[in-house]
Amino acid sequence: MTPRERRFGWIAAGLTTLGVSVALVLNAFQSNLVFFFSPSQVIAHEAPNGRAFRIGGMVVDHSLKRDPGSLTVRFEVTDTAQTIPVVYTGLLPDLFKEGKGVVAQGTLGGDGAFHATEVLAKHDENYMPPNAAAAIKEAREGMKMKTVAGAQ
Amino acid sequence: MIAELGNFALMVALIVALVQSVVPMWGAWRRDSALMAIARPAATLQFVLVAVAFAALAYSFVTSDFSVLNVAQHSYSTLPLQYKFAATWGSHEGSLLLWLLMLTGWGFAVALRSHNLPPVLAARVLSVMGIIAVGFLLFLLFTSNPFERLIPAAIEGSDLNPLLQDPGMVVHPPMLYMGYVGFSVAFAFAIAALIGGRLDASWARWSRPWTTVAWCFLTMGIALGSAWAYYTLGWGGWWFWDPVENASFMPWLVGTALIHSLAVTEKRGTFRSWTVLLAIIAFSLSLLGTFLVRSGVLTSVHAFAIDPARGVFVLLFLAIVVGGSLALFAWRAGAVGGGAAFAPVSRESMLLANNVLLVVAMASVLLGTLYPLMIDALHAGKISVGPPYFQSVFYPLIAPLVFLMGLGPVATWRKAELPAIWTRVRWAFAVALVSALLLPFTLGSWKPLVAFALFLALWVVTTTVAMVVQRFRASPQRGLRAKFAANTAAWYGMLVAHLGIAVFIVGVTLVSGYGVERDVRLDVGQGVDVGGYTFTFRGVEPAPGPNYHALIGTIDVSRNGKLVRTLKPEKRVFNASGQTMTEAAIATRITGDLYVSLGEPVAENGAWGTRVYIKPFVDWIWFGAFIMALGGFIAVSDRRYRIAVAARVSAVMHNAAA
Repeated sequence: MTPRERRFGWIAAGLTTLGVSVALVLNAFQSNLVFFFSPSQVIAHEAPNGRAFRIGGMVVDHSLKRDPGSLTVRFEVTDTAQTIPVVYTGLLPDLFKEGKGVVAQGTLGGDGAFHATEVLAKHDENYMPPNAAAAIKEAREGMKMKTVAGAQ
Repeated sequence: MIAELGNFALMVALIVALVQSVVPMWGAWRRDSALMAIARPAATLQFVLVAVAFAALAYSFVTSDFSVLNVAQHSYSTLPLQYKFAATWGSHEGSLLLWLLMLTGWGFAVALRSHNLPPVLAARVLSVMGIIAVGFLLFLLFTSNPFERLIPAAIEGSDLNPLLQDPGMVVHPPMLYMGYVGFSVAFAFAIAALIGGRLDASWARWSRPWTTVAWCFLTMGIALGSAWAYYTLGWGGWWFWDPVENASFMPWLVGTALIHSLAVTEKRGTFRSWTVLLAIIAFSLSLLGTFLVRSGVLTSVHAFAIDPARGVFVLLFLAIVVGGSLALFAWRAGAVGGGAAFAPVSRESMLLANNVLLVVAMASVLLGTLYPLMIDALHAGKISVGPPYFQSVFYPLIAPLVFLMGLGPVATWRKAELPAIWTRVRWAFAVALVSALLLPFTLGSWKPLVAFALFLALWVVTTTVAMVVQRFRASPQRGLRAKFAANTAAWYGMLVAHLGIAVFIVGVTLVSGYGVERDVRLDVGQGVDVGGYTFTFRGVEPAPGPNYHALIGTIDVSRNGKLVRTLKPEKRVFNASGQTMTEAAIATRITGDLYVSLGEPVAENGAWGTRVYIKPFVDWIWFGAFIMALGGFIAVSDRRYRIAVAARVSAVMHNAAA
């Protein structure tokens, strides 16, 4: 092999590696990016149908209901402007509380409820998921709605 | 008084660090040995001062001095002693002080062990470490002072976050930081080599053990964090691709590449600029990790209170260090030089492939971690990149790397012949392949991905065995003991670390392939069958704790009607914060864990939502990581790093570093 052929060989190998990794990343991005929407955006039909996304906001006080005999729970999430019902089957994280921030991942059902596959835990009493906080802030600034009690 | 002493020690340390970063560097420039000689005592003094500051903070925590703001915010009078101590690094400020303690500790170690280094190189290395210390001291003193007073003093503290009240908190952060910060030594060596303009095998031999030791600590630190998350977060995962986990994993990936690249630089004098670049990247990623964690820009388990000023400072520091060192690299890399040529099939080319794959894997993790931030910054929406992304990109990149692990150590340097390699590994290949195809049947069901991953793990094991057998056969010594002694500790260390990877892969594969996770509602007396075991819920009893009240559940585990274990998962409500914590109950066996944790009461009659998991071979994950670290420590114990270095190297190095 001449030095030139060898050099081309190295370059070809490098480009192949690069190509394969870019293909992997793009492919993974296409199917695995999860977008975040606030309840207001969901109500305004900005969220996708049939594809998983995340919502965030506050859990509305006294909205938590349990199905008797199963692990299914229902609660409502608000950004102070709009409210969305959420259905979830499973165990809620320790720091899930009414009146506190929450982020949930799932899909929008035909019944208008958000069917969560995952309710994300916060790890600190005072820690607010930034997405949830931003959703509330935007809703407040945008709609100039009166503050819902217990939002802070 | 103690807090003021700590504060004062930090201020003096800043002055010492300034001296350490300027004077020896200038001395190296002027070839003035008196100026260069300041480096070692300065590094020692700096370590002592930071240790005093750290001790002062630890003392304030242990004695519950609530007139110190940091203590009042992160401790509690009835907190058990070991957690009072661990709370020293439970806050943003305290963890930075720990970081600094580690940094100056590494500097002190370099000062102690650098007597066989050429003075010019030693002076430059310690000076670079001084510069890093200056940055962190400024950060600590001006944005995050842990010694700030609270006037009037609080009567009671607001407690350490309950999640952190765990033995993991005592060991995980110090180990992790040892590793993270340890890359600063490799970084300092790289910068010193760039300034000196020459870098050769002896330089590599000198920086290799430092890098390996840092890597070992980082490996253990990450493994401890993973094990901690597994048993304490209560949902049984061992890795979440959380941004902060990624932040520690990226330096690990590059550090692994660096270890291998240093091997080539030492043995063959090749990959020089690449090695230097990797050392810069590894430490830059450590700094980036600090920025990501400290700035609060990420949603994460590890997020502390958000303070924009801190983020800006770290970002600025990051820009200076990364930008400066990369600029220096661009300017001086030519002087360092590339090295000898090698054939497309050779140990060098396989180690090159190793490096490329590790760096690409790191880049994919970096992209996944930063992408949400970039999209948010561009106001293009809020997104999250979850574990599926990382799994679908990371695993395909790592699989060929693991396969290469079986070939690389067999291949000869400079030029290898594929037929010769094949002759040496064909039996290993056959045994690994056949066992990988058959083993999944014994584990329940045959799954292609499980068989494939098991093949990779077995391949690493069988090629390792083949290598040892072949080398022992070929060696002229008589007797097993003599044959064993004929090989270097570095070689054995490499084999052990690779076996650790195999053990790790077995754990990961089997727990994801055959793990069972069931979230169930259980009435008192009700049982559930999971994975051949019957879990019967016996109810929940209240019990007192030191600084919390617990509810302790009782779950009997039986198999074929015979009681195997009684598990006692807990729910703890902490007095100070009212926060709830889940303590899983885990029965650990070599073939895996039975994992039970309490969710929440779901009805008035005492029924609870409960997690019941079977985690086959999960402990092999962390066990494998510790074997890797053990391999690293064995490699570092190699004689050539100690005895011979002094005589052989110093003469050569004297010119090299000049």
